[in-house]
Amino acid sequence: MIELVDVHKAFGPREILRGLSLEIPKGRNTVIIGYSGTGKSVLLKCIIGLLKPDSGEVRVDGAVVGTMDADELAALRGKVGYVFQSAALFDSMTVNENIALGLRRRQLPPDEIDRRIEESLAVVDLSDAGEKRPSELSGGMRKRVGVARAIALRPDYVLYDEPTTGLDPVTSAVMDQLMMRTRDLGVTGVIVTHDMRTAFTVGDRVAMLYEGVIRQVGTGPEMRESSDAVVRQFIEGRPDAALSLRRPEP
Amino acid sequence: MVVPERGRFVAHVGRWTLGATRALGDVATWRAHLVVQMRRLGVDSIPIALFIAVFTGIVLALLSSYIFTGAIPLYFVGALVGKTVMMELGPVLTGMALAGRVGANIAAELGTMKVTEQVDALETLAYDPRSYLAVPRVLAAMLMFPVVTAFAMAVGVASGWITAVNLLDLSTQEFWKGLRQFYHFKDVWFGLVKSASFGAAVALMGCYKGLTAQGGAEGVGAATTRAVVLGCESILVLDAFWALVLL
Repeated sequence: MIELVDVHKAFGPREILRGLSLEIPKGRNTVIIGYSGTGKSVLLKCIIGLLKPDSGEVRVDGAVVGTMDADELAALRGKVGYVFQSAALFDSMTVNENIALGLRRRQLPPDEIDRRIEESLAVVDLSDAGEKRPSELSGGMRKRVGVARAIALRPDYVLYDEPTTGLDPVTSAVMDQLMMRTRDLGVTGVIVTHDMRTAFTVGDRVAMLYEGVIRQVGTGPEMRESSDAVVRQFIEGRPDAALSLRRPEP
Repeated sequence: MVVPERGRFVAHVGRWTLGATRALGDVATWRAHLVVQMRRLGVDSIPIALFIAVFTGIVLALLSSYIFTGAIPLYFVGALVGKTVMMELGPVLTGMALAGRVGANIAAELGTMKVTEQVDALETLAYDPRSYLAVPRVLAAMLMFPVVTAFAMAVGVASGWITAVNLLDLSTQEFWKGLRQFYHFKDVWFGLVKSASFGAAVALMGCYKGLTAQGGAEGVGAATTRAVVLGCESILVLDAFWALVLL
């Protein structure tokens, strides 16, 4: 389980997370929704230790991320995969090499590395793309390679940062299926998105981040039926009263 | 507030030093990339270094002949060309040229990786970006700058000799007489030691500015410019330092 307890994070004078607390149970997809710039990606980066909270605790399977040394962080990253919004593939490498990089770090034998590359590319339906470079792939294919790179490590958790942003509806639906397929393989997903269709399709639980704290958590139907005006406005995408509900940027 | 600023700076330097020590110890990660970087940063830089060395040798021969004529025997042209190319202009001009080529290359590449989250991706795959990206580049530059400089020294002296023989009233014997009369082995190793330190400084600046780049294309451009400027400044400071320490 991932637990965030009273997490604060600021960049200069700008306070992004203001005492955020959330529990993310194992084996399910938890979707985090919220306005742009409210700290959804910051939250993911705190979970995997790319950012350190100013105060509060992030715990993954009981271990506090903020106090981990380099070896403990490396071990954490063995069980938490990360799918970047931009895919963040290494453009000097082929797709196969991108996936192999993390596997080599774990000093797996070459046969095992080849087998895992093959398996993970099959899961994302890109078995023929192994020798291509990222520049030869479409945006959707790159994101799928990003997923393949993450799941090849056989993580317990995968963090998805805006997995469907910038994709056409069909490719978005493919990504949604992929996230559900990954969950069905026993992997816990934490998905940050603006896309309500994705949120309600893949999310077993949906949490709304607003003004640096979790405003409401619930199942998809519970969130849809929310009586909270902020949650309803965001889910329904209504522009009315947006200015009065959204806190102005400092 | 001066004190917190200073404290932050000391903490920053401390973190980088600790990180660098740890990265250097992660041999398995950087060893695989060392040879590739030695080729990219060193071997591929030889043409530009030799181009500069050829013209440095020509100018030095002509300039010394202009200064010495009527006052000092012309065979001193060989001495001046040899000493100057080996001890100063070979290492410094090569270093400056490579600060542009190598420093900019490293800063732009790592800066782009940083702003496109590839550096973060490396971390999520349990790699230390300093071991994977910075150490092989710094070591490669440290090892290859002296090699490139050695070639530049040889070509600079040779072009000075060819110029002296063809354009000045000087024979090969006279040129070599001047060259050998004042030659010490220290001239060569002094130049090569300097160039190794120049290589380390240029690559360090490139890595540091690249890995701390922020924003998009503009941030990468600014980091690249700053890396080249800092690399050139470091070369001049180190040049003075070695002159004070070793001469």
